[in-house]
Amino acid sequence: MRNILPVLTVVLAVFALWYGGAVMLNKNWAYDKAERAGVELSFGEMVRDTMTQEKPRLPPPHQVGAELWKTTGAMVQRGRAFSKRSLIYHGWITLSSTMLGFVFGTGLGILLAIGIVHNRAMDKSVMPWIIASQTIPILAIAPMIVVVLASAQVDDLIAKGVISMYLSFFPVVVGMVKGLRSPDHMQMDQMRTWNASRGQTFWKLRLPASAPYLFASLKVGIAASLIGAVVAELSLSQDGGLGARMLVGSYYGQTVQIWSALIAAATLAALMVASIGLVQRVTLKRMGMAQ
Amino acid sequence: MNDTVISAKNLSLTFETNDGPVHALKDINLDIAKGEFVSFIGPSGCGKTTFLRCMADLETPTGGEITVNGVTPREARKSRAYGYVFQAAGLYPWRTIGGNIRLPLEIMGYSKEDQAKRVQQVLELVELDGFDRKFPWQLSGGMQQRASIARALAFDADILLMDEPFGALDEIVRDHLNEQLLALWARTEKTIGFVTHSIPEAVYLSTKIVVMSPRPGRIADVIESTLPKERPLEIRDTPEFIEIAHRVRDGLREGHADG
Repeated sequence: MRNILPVLTVVLAVFALWYGGAVMLNKNWAYDKAERAGVELSFGEMVRDTMTQEKPRLPPPHQVGAELWKTTGAMVQRGRAFSKRSLIYHGWITLSSTMLGFVFGTGLGILLAIGIVHNRAMDKSVMPWIIASQTIPILAIAPMIVVVLASAQVDDLIAKGVISMYLSFFPVVVGMVKGLRSPDHMQMDQMRTWNASRGQTFWKLRLPASAPYLFASLKVGIAASLIGAVVAELSLSQDGGLGARMLVGSYYGQTVQIWSALIAAATLAALMVASIGLVQRVTLKRMGMAQ
Repeated sequence: MNDTVISAKNLSLTFETNDGPVHALKDINLDIAKGEFVSFIGPSGCGKTTFLRCMADLETPTGGEITVNGVTPREARKSRAYGYVFQAAGLYPWRTIGGNIRLPLEIMGYSKEDQAKRVQQVLELVELDGFDRKFPWQLSGGMQQRASIARALAFDADILLMDEPFGALDEIVRDHLNEQLLALWARTEKTIGFVTHSIPEAVYLSTKIVVMSPRPGRIADVIESTLPKERPLEIRDTPEFIEIAHRVRDGLREGHADG
């Protein structure tokens, strides 16, 4: 509970900055309109105008909040939570490809890490490629992956999942390689004195020792996976999703729509990271490793 | 006694480093008989730990010969002939004390009932009965080290190799554990190899004290203890004890003088 005050302070500061920014960025349009109508704007009138524009450069928080409510809570009240105009519907689409990519990305990451830790050749040869894979801008490679997979008649959901996977396997590989190597010399020697096989050393020592590293990676991985899904939706916008909402919003200059999709994506990411944090706490506690 | 358990002949080990070869061990000759309690003492760099690790097949000698139970250390390790206690307890934080002691038993494929029975037995042996469901962090350092000794005793190894197991503990805990270790040794009749840098500890525990000296690591003196097998802590004030301690100190000083 003692976190509340600092968190509240930061939130207030963000809102103050946001409102200030909205006034600064939207005031030109307010003055332009006034000039064309041939009227003088007082400072108060100008500020009021910047808060209510239909297509502001930077929509103030209350406009974004109203749009968010209109496309989520209000639609639920009308029983239309999954209509195409609802952010819940679009959020669900983004969530499904995020989760698909995350599950496969995590699996791929763990498998690669196991290979790298146990095989010298893989350690030397695969790691540089994995790092190189992340230096390619995802925005450039996503449309190509979509085109290639579409021509192979692959389902759109899987195509988007592949892009999520492409981003989310990386933190898992890096974290798991470190985690699987975290047992020290003494612990490895100890296994040797018991004549333990590599499999036994893996299941009884390396894998449990890597658990804290895995969870740290999963948190980064799921956020990256969401970015992947949103980027993929820019190429597959006909299916909807938060990314598609942003794209459509930018076509028609609907800044309020872009920002509300952005906030929805951020909220989704926060919820996913928080739920992994929860699983982490429960798992490590049951393992007796809670800090 | 001709039932030799560990035998080293002209054993040498040279590490190749960037600064040239380091002679960790040079021409070591030693026989350890069944049921002996042998301490290795010497300044750091004298190769006492390296010698113990050679017995355990954690290091490979570069010259000479060493046998454990009449076979190579590698074969001895594969047949799980020894238990090894490291300087740190090295208990897994995600396993309970019972789970930690069960770990080598699981690896060696003991049956579930046998595992439970043995865990119970060794916990009693190190006076930790009732602690099997506790996690390591709930125990003091001395108790953790006792648990790690219990783990090394849980399977049927006749040899117990201990590398400064009480090095990180305070004097009072150490005295207590030394007493317990002697009692345990008397009851189990195991052969014990014990690395230490404490003269009183070496004299109090051992039937044989191997004094080593550094650069190159070699044996400076081997002292057969004349102390009786029954040893209360007060024995450390007897003239006999002090005389042996004196000889050990002399051996250490000599090793330094020409080293």
